[in-house]
Amino acid sequence: MQASHYYRPLIVLLALAAPAFGQSLDDRHLPVIPRTEKEAAKVAAILAPPTDFTRLEKFETKPAGAASVRVRDTTDAFSQFSANMPFEDEMNFKLGNALFRKTWVAAPSSTAASDGLGPFYNARACQDCHLKDGRGHTPEGPEDGRVSMFLRLSVPGGASPEGIKDWLATQAEPTYGGQLQDLAAPGHAAEAQMDVAYTETPVTLADGEVVNLRAPTYGVSAPGYGAFADDLQISPRVAPQMIGLGLLEAIPAAAILAQEDPDDANSDGISGRAQIVPSIEFGVPMLGRFGLKAGAPTIKEQSAGAFAGDMGLSTTLHPDPWGDCTTAEAACRTAPHGQEHGVRDGLEVDGESLDLVTFYSRNLGVPERRNADAPQVLQGKALFYSLNCQGCHVPKYVTNRLKDQPEQSFQLIWPFTDLLLHDMGPGLADNRPEGRATGSEWKTPPLWGIGLTAQVSGHSEFLHDGRARSLLEAILWHGGEAQAARDGVAGLPKSDREALIAYLESL
Amino acid sequence: MTRFLTAALVSTALSAPAFAVEPAEVVAHYADLAAAKYGDSLITAQALQGAVAALIAAPSDETLTAARDAWKAARAPYQQTEAFRFGNAVVDDWEGRVNSWPLDEGLIDYVAVGSAVNEENAQAGLNVIATPKFTLSGTEVDATTITPELISGTLHEADGIEANVASGYHAIEFLLWGQDLNGTGPGAGARPYTDFAAGDACTGGNCDRRAAYLTAATDLLVSDLTYISDAWAKDGAARALVTADPNAGLLAMLTGMGSLSYGELGGERMKLGLMLNDPEEEQDCFSDNTYNSHYYDGVGIRDVYLGRYTRVDGSEMTGPSLSDLVASKDAAVDSQLKAELDASVDALLAVKTAAEGGLAYDQMLEAGNKEGEALIMGAVDALVTQTASIERAVGALGLSKIDFEGSESLDNPNAVFQ
Repeated sequence: MQASHYYRPLIVLLALAAPAFGQSLDDRHLPVIPRTEKEAAKVAAILAPPTDFTRLEKFETKPAGAASVRVRDTTDAFSQFSANMPFEDEMNFKLGNALFRKTWVAAPSSTAASDGLGPFYNARACQDCHLKDGRGHTPEGPEDGRVSMFLRLSVPGGASPEGIKDWLATQAEPTYGGQLQDLAAPGHAAEAQMDVAYTETPVTLADGEVVNLRAPTYGVSAPGYGAFADDLQISPRVAPQMIGLGLLEAIPAAAILAQEDPDDANSDGISGRAQIVPSIEFGVPMLGRFGLKAGAPTIKEQSAGAFAGDMGLSTTLHPDPWGDCTTAEAACRTAPHGQEHGVRDGLEVDGESLDLVTFYSRNLGVPERRNADAPQVLQGKALFYSLNCQGCHVPKYVTNRLKDQPEQSFQLIWPFTDLLLHDMGPGLADNRPEGRATGSEWKTPPLWGIGLTAQVSGHSEFLHDGRARSLLEAILWHGGEAQAARDGVAGLPKSDREALIAYLESL
Repeated sequence: MTRFLTAALVSTALSAPAFAVEPAEVVAHYADLAAAKYGDSLITAQALQGAVAALIAAPSDETLTAARDAWKAARAPYQQTEAFRFGNAVVDDWEGRVNSWPLDEGLIDYVAVGSAVNEENAQAGLNVIATPKFTLSGTEVDATTITPELISGTLHEADGIEANVASGYHAIEFLLWGQDLNGTGPGAGARPYTDFAAGDACTGGNCDRRAAYLTAATDLLVSDLTYISDAWAKDGAARALVTADPNAGLLAMLTGMGSLSYGELGGERMKLGLMLNDPEEEQDCFSDNTYNSHYYDGVGIRDVYLGRYTRVDGSEMTGPSLSDLVASKDAAVDSQLKAELDASVDALLAVKTAAEGGLAYDQMLEAGNKEGEALIMGAVDALVTQTASIERAVGALGLSKIDFEGSESLDNPNAVFQ
């Protein structure tokens, strides 16, 4: 496969010449029971790529192994708990679910346990962005709320964390912080509003079919606290789906790092680099796994980040009750908050509640495959492999064996991601670096459950900002390292293209 | 296999030595119990339908009270069906239509000022009753006529937000009682009957549309309960699923008992409210009927194990039970589980008794209410305790949630790697 040419800032090219230091990254967030030699051999055998595309691989219809859930034909398809969960864990899941859908209110209020929202926020409840535990969506019109979508903010510069090579230093926007909150508690002006406009661009495929892609442009309007910095960087984000996260967290870091190919030594046009971020909880660099640029190493840190950034709620990991408010937003910092010393760990969201939400997020089950053995679907699977889609969307892993975490322990899973960063070309670039990810790199998103998006979410919007309105549009947006695979799809005859989509819909 | 017995005969049957029973007999009787419980739920919902019609025809304190009483009567058999959730696919796929909670009630009707503010749920303050035409997810909706189809197809979970509960028991409860604005203090919702009155006597505005909503929601409940009753009838899909593979049926029975005990009732419905001291976390929050709902959940769990049910007409059903089956494998597990099921029902009865004595469930949730906390945690602890024995019963019967690699033939498509 021919290497594609793509743009990458010079500084990154120089940095890539340095050796990766991945071996120091471990799974300290998990109670790992080391694999025996016998297990390792068994794992290697089951992870071998398929050779016969006329029939299913063993266990292929259960994407989450024993944690896979029965397919519901309702919008609840992503809201089931891991099928192998013992009864005693169900309480934690249910309590976590209740906190996930809980509507927080601004302090002070009559329900002291529920207040502390904001003062700036994007949403009042987790589930208001993660609708039905599925994907968020773009605004339906100029007047529609932007709740399940927001902008990350930064400016270049600032300090780099110790011990992480190739870090691209950025810092919070001096006035508005790391994220644009478009809602505010009574008495406060909202930070600003996100604007988005689309330009339709027709793309003609090899067989003459025309697909329209909508290219977004983003802006901010109605700033409530003065002008934005001249060198403002923005990155639009739609809330991703919630299923299978605990299993992604349980993939051995070594298995992910083994897939790195920063210099494209195998000349397949795909490099793949690990995101590495400082862990707040563990105080060391860790492999980034969660978020659209893999900016969080664990579900707990991702959840705590969302409590702080999206809802302005303090946790053990982000103890500031004002969330993302900067010193320039003084009234927000001095406003009443929802915590007092000695009550609920002195936080708005106490340690137990953060653990419950983390447990919930770790255990949303992945539904079983549908129509996996249909001839058209198997044909699409063969095409997926022939186009090297699996070069980034790596099909399967076996998770770590874990003590006291049976739902995620030693499961054969099929998430279709390498959890690595890839340059996706200028079309998808947000030009806002995050950690080691450049302004054109994104983490490969998992594909499991993708065929249920329309059923769960009532739309079929994909990619980091929901710009693609179908799976085909999403594929056609792929550039950079994925340009060859994208061109391959664009060159397929219609029946093959439909088979490929049928395969994706079965995931 | 179900036997309808008089009380005298029941005591005779219970004192006789346990018969050896077959799994197929146990699951068939379980399906009979489901048919009876959902059938009773339907009968009492039809009575509610009549009481609602009487309320709307002649609104008064008496007809409103009668409708509220009918709602409470309908809850008793329904809550006893909840142990049939969590494992019966037909029930699980259907349940959200009838018993979803908590709800942003401002979607449906007027609420107190300040209680429906939620920017990201644009529908939290929609007030369909006052708004015949509106835009939902970018689509124009004509709600001039409020129909069951409008409620189930358009309003329920509008915008994908689970709190937009438009149908089921709790939507009807809100229309009959109104918001409970007493927090953790005494008192339930106090909607006046004049909210359904015609002409100038109407309070709250749009009384005709409120009546139409209540009628449509009640009709929808009846049709939803008809669907699930049919599913447990002789050739119904839910019955077929448990009887086709008796071991799968037994597992569904025990899974329902365990999941309702631990996660759902003990966790989400009881412990959470204490954690947050939040009366909004009370299940029947408008009517203050929560203690009854919890109690009948507990009775339903016990009855699944014992294979029995007292119908709303007073007749008793008994038959081949899980208890018989477990006793034949491990008598100690059976006797312990039976004792623990009795203990949890007793603990839930203590909550009910206290509530009927004046300490309402939402008052028990108040921060610092030691008596309330002890009552609720007593029930939670009993539910947690019995779940461990339910797991032992699963083991005693040699059942497992998961078919592991090698446990069946090599071609078993349901096996998982281990």
